[in-house]
Amino acid sequence: MATTSIEAVNLSKRYGSFLALSNLNLKLEGAKCVGFLGPNGAGKTTTLKIFTDLIRSSSGHAFINGANTHTQKKKALESVGTLIETPEIYPSLTPREGLSMIAEIRGVPHAERRKSIEEAMQEVHMEEWIDKRVGKFSKGMKQRVCIASALLGDPTVLLLDEPTNGLDPRGMSEVRDIIRSLKGKKRLIFMSSHILSEVSDICDEVAMIDHGKLVVYDTITNVTARVTGGENTVEVSFKRPVDDALISRVSKIRGVTGTEKKEDTKLQLRFSGGLDEQESILADMVKMNVGVVSYKPAASALEDAYLSLIKATV
Amino acid sequence: MNQTEIQSADKVPSSLTQVGIAMKYTFLDYFRSRRFFILLIITLVISALLTILVGYYRPQSFLGDPTLDVTTRALTFYSSWWGSGVTFVIILGGIFFGGDAISGEFQNKTGYFAVPNPIRRSSIYIGKWLSAFTAATIIFAIFATITLGNGLYYFGANVPIQFGQSLLYAWFYLAAVMGFTFFFSSLFKSSSMSILITAILFLFVFSLIETLVSTLVNIEPWFILTYGAGIIGNILNPNGFPAHIVHTPEGRAGGFILTTYNAYVPEGLVIIGLYFIITAALGLILFERKEFT
Repeated sequence: MATTSIEAVNLSKRYGSFLALSNLNLKLEGAKCVGFLGPNGAGKTTTLKIFTDLIRSSSGHAFINGANTHTQKKKALESVGTLIETPEIYPSLTPREGLSMIAEIRGVPHAERRKSIEEAMQEVHMEEWIDKRVGKFSKGMKQRVCIASALLGDPTVLLLDEPTNGLDPRGMSEVRDIIRSLKGKKRLIFMSSHILSEVSDICDEVAMIDHGKLVVYDTITNVTARVTGGENTVEVSFKRPVDDALISRVSKIRGVTGTEKKEDTKLQLRFSGGLDEQESILADMVKMNVGVVSYKPAASALEDAYLSLIKATV
Repeated sequence: MNQTEIQSADKVPSSLTQVGIAMKYTFLDYFRSRRFFILLIITLVISALLTILVGYYRPQSFLGDPTLDVTTRALTFYSSWWGSGVTFVIILGGIFFGGDAISGEFQNKTGYFAVPNPIRRSSIYIGKWLSAFTAATIIFAIFATITLGNGLYYFGANVPIQFGQSLLYAWFYLAAVMGFTFFFSSLFKSSSMSILITAILFLFVFSLIETLVSTLVNIEPWFILTYGAGIIGNILNPNGFPAHIVHTPEGRAGGFILTTYNAYVPEGLVIIGLYFIITAALGLILFERKEFT
């Protein structure tokens, strides 16, 4: 059996004289979360719309799990959860009914449907609203219901277009938690976002697009290393306040080229190398028993990479 | 099984089953919508007004000349009540339920909820068409029931066979009107635009073209849907089905001849059928090709 995959082959989209997407070639495989970054009008939503057959490509092809998303739409989308823009559910329906429609379309067995819908609604903390009509819901509430609909049928692939758009800070945090939990269930997640800290926090890899062209596709660590001359930055949180002794010990770890105290319990480390070196530094710190509670690529590093790779568009 | 492996089980229902799913839920939306309630009220108000006026004034134009036989009088009643009222109810049903059925998917973004799923657009289109047709049929059936109830009250079981025929033609006409409104709805991305254009066409433009073409240039308006729908009322004419071409002298010395055409029943059915098939197919093609930009 093949692993899950999303593939764009020479994908182009033209709106009149405007070339929204230009020969995009991108293949994502396996269980991971890939962030899709780029400025407004770069072609992110256009790409996701082609993958979900909301629009057709002008040339080239889009495949999900080997099936063409336009000519074999049912096959391609049979195990895909989608959230493109902020969809509206038929206003007179309740979330239970709207989600039932999607569950039936996706072929969720009748015996599992009720449980599956209720679980999805619980996941987005909307279980109290399950039997209220959608027409009066706020944008954020609708977005949560639509996220719940994307989770129905236990999809192996998720295509999410700015999933935290329209949500309040708590909602954004909850959606990130949902995406993290899906990563734990070995799903292939492809999500566009403007929030670099969100991508840095959730995603393993990043694809950057500008003027319809793919600029880079790699792990976040490699992408940031590319623009910092092989140097990378990670953010480390400790369970106790960072003091000079701790900084001194950490600075001596092989590969660490610099440290900067960010908050009371946070330290930013610069190091040379890629994922192997990142892993080795973490292993050393764990051995030191200095109380590491979190360790992740620094959002600012991705921001530096983004600003370096994506030139001003205006 | 490795969860990253593609689920090969063919679990997605057939396109036909998905038509039923789309129909079920969009019908539920229509049935609970304000517009269904408004159209129901309009139909009930029209029917109540007719019931009160006919019951109080007992007009001969509705109840027929008392010297004539009961069959002719019953035909007069159904012709006046049903023949003149049902096409209005049908057109309102088409505008209310079909006017923005497809354009709304784009403007209101409901299409973003249903389309990016393992379902053909044709299944959504046909499902929506069937639900709109069913919702309009409920209103149509209520009007027919009230008509029949009054007919039974005044003329007992003397229900002319022509009423049954007219009812079937009218139901067929409803399908064509719905096909037409769906087609116009597919042309536009703005709900209000598609509703407005459809309403103007059915309430003014078609009858205007029909009159101008037949009276001024003496051409049979076979290409106008409302001309074909004339059979709904004509079949109930108590003086018999009208002649295909009628010349009426007009003016002081009868110097101006007014020509009107009446479609034959088979001709009317063909016009209605062609409108249904062509507009439904064109609407479907447009929806298949239209992009959610």
